[in-house]
Amino acid sequence: MEKMLLLGDEAIAQAAMDAGLSGVYAYPGTPSTEITEYIQSSPKSGTDHIHCKWSANEKTAMEAALGMSFAGKRALVCMKHVGVNVAADAFMNAAVTGIVGGLVFVAADDPSMHSSQNEQDSRFFGQFALIPILEPTNQQEAYDMVYEGFELSERCGVPVMLRITTRLAHSRSGVKRRPELPQNKLHFSENPRQFVLLPANARVQYQKLLEAQKQFLKYSEESAYNCFTDGEDKSRGVVASGIAYNYLMENYPEGCPFPVLKIGQYPLPENILRKMAAKCWELVVLEEGYPLIEDSLKGLLGIGLKVRGRKDGFLPRAGEFNPDIVGKAFGFKIPENQPVPAVVKMRPPSLCVGCGHRDMYEALNEAVASKADESKVFSDIGCYTLGYLPPFQAIDTCVDMGASITMAKGAADAGLRYPVAVIGDSTFTHSGMTSLLDAINEDSPITVIISDNETTGMTGGQDSSGTGKLEAICLGLGVDPAHLHVLVPLKKNHDEMVRVIRDEMEYQGTSVIIPRRECIQTIGKKKKQA
Amino acid sequence: MKADIILSGVGGQGILSIAAVIGEAAVHQNLYMKQAEVHGMSQRGGDVQSNLRISDQPIFSDLISKGKANLILSLEPMESLRYLPYLAPNGWVVTNSTPLINITNYPEAAELQKALDAVPNKVVFDVDQIAKEVGSIRVANMVMLGAATPFLGIAYEEIENGIKRIFERKGPDIVALNLKALAAGKKIADASIRI
Repeated sequence: MEKMLLLGDEAIAQAAMDAGLSGVYAYPGTPSTEITEYIQSSPKSGTDHIHCKWSANEKTAMEAALGMSFAGKRALVCMKHVGVNVAADAFMNAAVTGIVGGLVFVAADDPSMHSSQNEQDSRFFGQFALIPILEPTNQQEAYDMVYEGFELSERCGVPVMLRITTRLAHSRSGVKRRPELPQNKLHFSENPRQFVLLPANARVQYQKLLEAQKQFLKYSEESAYNCFTDGEDKSRGVVASGIAYNYLMENYPEGCPFPVLKIGQYPLPENILRKMAAKCWELVVLEEGYPLIEDSLKGLLGIGLKVRGRKDGFLPRAGEFNPDIVGKAFGFKIPENQPVPAVVKMRPPSLCVGCGHRDMYEALNEAVASKADESKVFSDIGCYTLGYLPPFQAIDTCVDMGASITMAKGAADAGLRYPVAVIGDSTFTHSGMTSLLDAINEDSPITVIISDNETTGMTGGQDSSGTGKLEAICLGLGVDPAHLHVLVPLKKNHDEMVRVIRDEMEYQGTSVIIPRRECIQTIGKKKKQA
Repeated sequence: MKADIILSGVGGQGILSIAAVIGEAAVHQNLYMKQAEVHGMSQRGGDVQSNLRISDQPIFSDLISKGKANLILSLEPMESLRYLPYLAPNGWVVTNSTPLINITNYPEAAELQKALDAVPNKVVFDVDQIAKEVGSIRVANMVMLGAATPFLGIAYEEIENGIKRIFERKGPDIVALNLKALAAGKKIADASIRI
């Protein structure tokens, strides 16, 4: 079969479909979005009825995937690293219930925070949940690990985590496919207590999970993804996981002189590591993200073999690696002959020309100008977060999905006179609805602006689950109809928008203003398709 | 055979369509290839780049090391300079001369020219103008690709075949227009190399 040229994300999607996938569940989030998009655009999802509609958030995605697994079928659930926080309740408990149909959980981490608020390392979540973790080095491994991951999940009886990082998610390479498998038939657990986590059942399930750890470790020790290559020079051994392995090998095109253990499956293979440690004078750990392997090898007291990595300054503590960072740590000279010329200026991202968020911020800035000392603008995660940058410099916060409304409420509770929340439509239905309910239940004096572009914009224009329903949702939650306004954010409506925002800021209760105009990027896309 | 290429520009200019043609040609010849792209936040009018690596040997890193790129191919002049630390001493810069000014502190034309003049191996030309002469501003990226063909390490005919395969569905007129754009770009580069 000819190789397909696929992004890491696309390789994951293709593997899942080839392995008999029945449904993918996800909320868009860089760098995981393209997995679900690939399945949506594939003819197979239509002909084979593979579920591929977007979920409202990562928690609903995880729960639906677990439901599909409960019914015996193979499910894929995908999210960015911070999405794992949202899904955590369902995720942690799914490890205790276990699965019926294979369940692969993809966590896409973003070291260096290219498009994220932090660079948390999802492997800790996998370890926390006590489930096996797979970590690919390249696009082909991403394919193979997902293809085999469903079987591994079914063999272990728990979800399996696939952990990738931005660089692999968004890099393209040739991938060889394997034979297509049929979907599982509808079938259920023979144990009626498995999914009922009442304490009496949960204790039994948890004990099972603990006992299974030995088996998971055995699979890791035997896994072809944990691959040891001996080297002549025993002054150092290198333990490299995921794509960090590539940066090591890039620096040694003729082969690495040190013994190298490539880690691709967790729990960490203790026996292989012990044998390696006995041979080497020190161990260097190369891993994208937090120092998980390094800490495991070192322990709290650091007694015994010297372990080097991100924590002793051998490598930088934060940010993603590249061949130069790893090369420098191994003593290679990195050429610095050509600096970036001084004429090159920063070019930060900005809101598109013609975007409705721009009109919203122009009106908001004018409305709050006279109240500068007594007003703060709490914002959220999306394109409109770019309102922080010039020319708008309009927002004071951006923390997590939905935090705009609840942080505004908290500040109101503290006595802030004019708290304003700015949230997008997709973020609102992801995690803002419960926040708004909290505000309404106390009639908090906050002004909520739901800047509605009828799409999930920042990730490239995916369907937004609240489109056409926002007024009904707000009214249903209990917003006073007299303080719910829908406006069209256009220059010609500027004065009206300023007036409405000002009036609602003066109102001593919860009000919602919805400036609504479709994202100009999705309009363009639709025109192209037509 | 080994080529390390940095494609650069501003979000929305379409550097990935250039990478797609080169990638198609490379895979068709059974060469190894890795191409790291930028998706997400920076796509909104910010600086974007793609690392494209082609080799007849397996490739490890998705990213190019400093001082190793054979070619910087840029749709915007200031952006071509941002990646100079990655250019090999004998590497080439091929760039559009038309600036995209969406920041308030964009350098003066003379300053920018001076910095470009300091690059030893370069092809700098008005891609938009050539594309218009060929027939449509929409083929600007193929003009750009044409100017890069002498540096790719892939036969010109293979790039032509890549274009034919990718644009086949859109009809013979579109294929012909894109091939014409490719040839126009190549002509510019050939002339520059001789000087």
